[in-house]
Amino acid sequence: MSINGVASQSKVLTIDTLNPSIKKVEYAVRGPIVLRAIEIEKELQEGVKKPFTEVIKANIGDAHAMGQTPITFLRQVIALCIYPELLKDNKFPEDAKKRARRILQACAGGSIGAYSASQGIECIRQDVAHYIERRDGGIPSDPGNIFLSTGASDAIVTILKLLMTGEGNTRTGVMIPIPQYPLYSAALAELNGVQVNYYLDEENCWALDVEELRRSLNAARQHCRPRALCIINPGNPTGQVQSKKCIEDVIRFAAEEKLLLLADEVYQDNIYAQGCKFHSFKKVLFEMGPEYSNTVELVSFHSTSKCYMGECGFRGGYMEVCNMDPEVKQQLIKLVSVRLCPPVPGQAMVDVISTPPVEGEPSYEQFVKEKNAVLASLGEKAHLTEDIFNTVPGIKCNPVQGAMYSFPRIEIPDKAVKEAKAKGLAPDMFYCITLLEETGICIVPGSGFGQREGTYHFRMTILPPVDKLKVLLKKLKEFHIKFTNKYS
Amino acid sequence: MFRLQTIGRGSLCSGILEQCSSEFTTKTLRHLSSVWKPSRDIEVEGVKSLSTAEASAVMPKDENGRIRDRILTLETMSPLVKAVEYAVRGPIVIKAGEIERELNQGIKKPFTEVIRANIGDAHAMGQKPITFLRQVVALSTFPELLESPSFPEDAKKRARRILQDCGGNSLGSYSASQGLEIIRENIATYLEHRDDGIPADPNNICLTTGASDGIMSILKLLVTGDGLSRTGVMIPIPQYPLYSAAISELGAVQVNYYLDEDNCWALDVSELHRALSSARKYCTPKVLCIINPGNPTGQVQSRKCIEDVIHFAYEEKLFILSDEVYQDNIYSPDCQFHSFKKVLFEMGPEYFNNVELASFHSTSKGYMGECGFRGGFMEVVNMDPDVRTQMIKLLSVRLCPPVSGQVAMDVVVNPPQPGEQSFEQFAKEKKTVLRELARKARLTEEILNSVPGIKCNPVQGAMYAFPRIFIPPKAIQEAKALGMAPDMFYCLQLLEETGICVVPGSGFGQKNGTYHFRMTILPPVEKLKLLLTKVKEFHINFLQQYASSESTSR
Repeated sequence: MSINGVASQSKVLTIDTLNPSIKKVEYAVRGPIVLRAIEIEKELQEGVKKPFTEVIKANIGDAHAMGQTPITFLRQVIALCIYPELLKDNKFPEDAKKRARRILQACAGGSIGAYSASQGIECIRQDVAHYIERRDGGIPSDPGNIFLSTGASDAIVTILKLLMTGEGNTRTGVMIPIPQYPLYSAALAELNGVQVNYYLDEENCWALDVEELRRSLNAARQHCRPRALCIINPGNPTGQVQSKKCIEDVIRFAAEEKLLLLADEVYQDNIYAQGCKFHSFKKVLFEMGPEYSNTVELVSFHSTSKCYMGECGFRGGYMEVCNMDPEVKQQLIKLVSVRLCPPVPGQAMVDVISTPPVEGEPSYEQFVKEKNAVLASLGEKAHLTEDIFNTVPGIKCNPVQGAMYSFPRIEIPDKAVKEAKAKGLAPDMFYCITLLEETGICIVPGSGFGQREGTYHFRMTILPPVDKLKVLLKKLKEFHIKFTNKYS
Repeated sequence: MFRLQTIGRGSLCSGILEQCSSEFTTKTLRHLSSVWKPSRDIEVEGVKSLSTAEASAVMPKDENGRIRDRILTLETMSPLVKAVEYAVRGPIVIKAGEIERELNQGIKKPFTEVIRANIGDAHAMGQKPITFLRQVVALSTFPELLESPSFPEDAKKRARRILQDCGGNSLGSYSASQGLEIIRENIATYLEHRDDGIPADPNNICLTTGASDGIMSILKLLVTGDGLSRTGVMIPIPQYPLYSAAISELGAVQVNYYLDEDNCWALDVSELHRALSSARKYCTPKVLCIINPGNPTGQVQSRKCIEDVIHFAYEEKLFILSDEVYQDNIYSPDCQFHSFKKVLFEMGPEYFNNVELASFHSTSKGYMGECGFRGGFMEVVNMDPDVRTQMIKLLSVRLCPPVSGQVAMDVVVNPPQPGEQSFEQFAKEKKTVLRELARKARLTEEILNSVPGIKCNPVQGAMYAFPRIFIPPKAIQEAKALGMAPDMFYCLQLLEETGICVVPGSGFGQKNGTYHFRMTILPPVEKLKLLLTKVKEFHINFLQQYASSESTSR
């Protein structure tokens, strides 16, 4: 017997025996700075005195947490699905009931509590396909190519899983933008894929330059086998909206170089800059003719978490696959069947987004009003953020053309860089931690997204209500000036 | 060139065609039936067309003159994903979907409906949701209802508390990656109550997207090494195929230990020893998975057995994963659910300070059957604090589990109390579901055991019967000639002839030379009786059909 009752055994699972791939995973959006923010919140609640009274979390694209109210119609349909007794309640509009009935009819046992098909409820996939067809000016979409998911993240990781193969020089490489949304780097670390960075052009509003793609690809081919190209449009954290021309170039590049395209389009309704327009990769692909539309493998992603809905907590999302090998599609279906199904309330949410109230329906006016109000307010905040940042010496902010973030470049004095390094911190992490401790503002350092060596940034959401956002930007301005003075 | 895999072995599920309709599926099947040699036996034709590997062999590379050297193909995709199998939603279920569509199109069959007894999906089988649970989730989703007089105050109270803990008081905001704090606190209180006061720390609890997500996350942490040092994961055979699927996907080594069918599927520690010693020759076993109550086997572990398992894990330095999602589903009067955590703590400090344990629960089973909400949680005990930090980091990448599922979980751990307005209705609904299930468990066992050539252990708990079936040698030969596992052959015939969809034992694992199927006990009593009668008739017919001079002479 090895029982001794004294010293504890060494554990089976320790930091040394942990899966090394997990150790490599980093996810700054909920990283150390956010953990510290939560601690500070608790300290405030316990009455600890701080130079501020509340923590403002501008670290994550979580609209409702920042006070955005849910779209009534969405919630009505979901509540009806959850508690069908309400179908008898005359306070609920008929168009909401109609949608709820349609969803419930497609659920086994008429209950949202039953598992759905692994790919998602069929009638919802049909609705999504029609939605995509309307969005893309009639380009056909096949419900068999639609997969509902648990937020977009789930779908992205699933596709990356399929792509992972090879060892050493033949290991799959995946091209991602820098700066990127760190889900990509985290997933690649976990899956042991090779991260291949291509840099967005900060001097040119974070535009994507095909020459840079080529440079990056050629460099990567020395040490891995690049097989996929990820695009985030509109950009996260960078907020740029790609032009049609740019998308065409990217598609041509992917076709030439035989890369599978992953188009992260979760911010497709979040376009603020005049002259910018969202072009889906799928639409552009099909407009380029059969040579491309029959061959280029494309997977695009959407979600209920962003746009005008901001319904993050429901974990709704979907992907559409184009030109996927039928055998691979079967493997994909098998893989998603292991996790049984995406949450059905989230699927219902996807359905409502795909079939919003139309003119003549009782909820149409209120729906449109609520939707427009959210988008107009976001547009205002995008401009406000850019304008105020650009008044601060040492901060330079590209236009927030779309998405939900600004990603300004900040100058950090040499003395502060040295102090940060002495503490073992990235300089912009040091900056953000200091900001948090002094002002209660929680933002994420650029190093969590990737940036050109020697440049520093942070990502801040534009989501707080206008008045709060103004206060936040003013505090940031004062902090930056103080910080610069202190370390100059 | 593709090797023609057999449906009974490698491709039981490797590359299934989805259970729901897609034009692709129908087209492929039609294509396949034209390519494959015409067979007189229509059932067999359908069976063949389900094998994906076969599909790949017959699909011309240059179909329609299209460029077929795609980036992502069966040859170039992840070999780990390719190796994944998941029978519960495998080819037989796809076939069931096909037949349903044919029935809808008016095609004549010897039956009028498909009965899906393949998956533990209570609501799909007509079980009604628990009113109180749905009220709380609906109130949280659409808070305007908080003003409605038709909702009870105790449901509103819970919804208000949950909403207070949500960012912006909205279910639509992300929760903390570990789950809403208030719900984790309620879970801890629930566990303490369940385990007679043994403390539970909310920081050791993580909400998950169904239990599967939690199990997968813990396994991810544990898998490491190469060759001989590669992590081995001990799983029961028969098992719930999530385990084998996760192990394949993570490239870990599956280490089988066999449950004792002759002893009501009990877990025998000497079998654990055998499995472990033989596995140590080719991998590094680090994890021991237990499913209690058992899926698909329905046994409920005795306290003594759990103690033995814990002692074994302690001695052999194994991390225990305890899948306890059926903890409320106990039917045999002489059985009781004992949580691994409780037994661990009762074994004294040398155990409870050392043995690393993760246990899992879910909203999908029990009396709730709320599968679609994807609610669940796990509790970790003795996890290294640095590792816990890593685990929370890992969970943060997927942001948070669906919040409506978290709310459903909250109701399970914080149900109406005596004196509260909804208590009586809630207790009545819960009792009704559990009583019905117990009745169906007995009914299933009794009827199956009345069939010659079927032997069914008592369904002590969970939601399934896993009877052993005798398959005559002639049928085995015919199945093998078709490249199919004999019990797959049996189940497909059952489906084609009666419309009953059950899953062959080969999808869960079984001792060589034995055959089983898994069926849920969930259909309503009348339907279940009908189903069991049909199974009985089918089995007798099947035995007669395949009886041969050889088998009778034996």
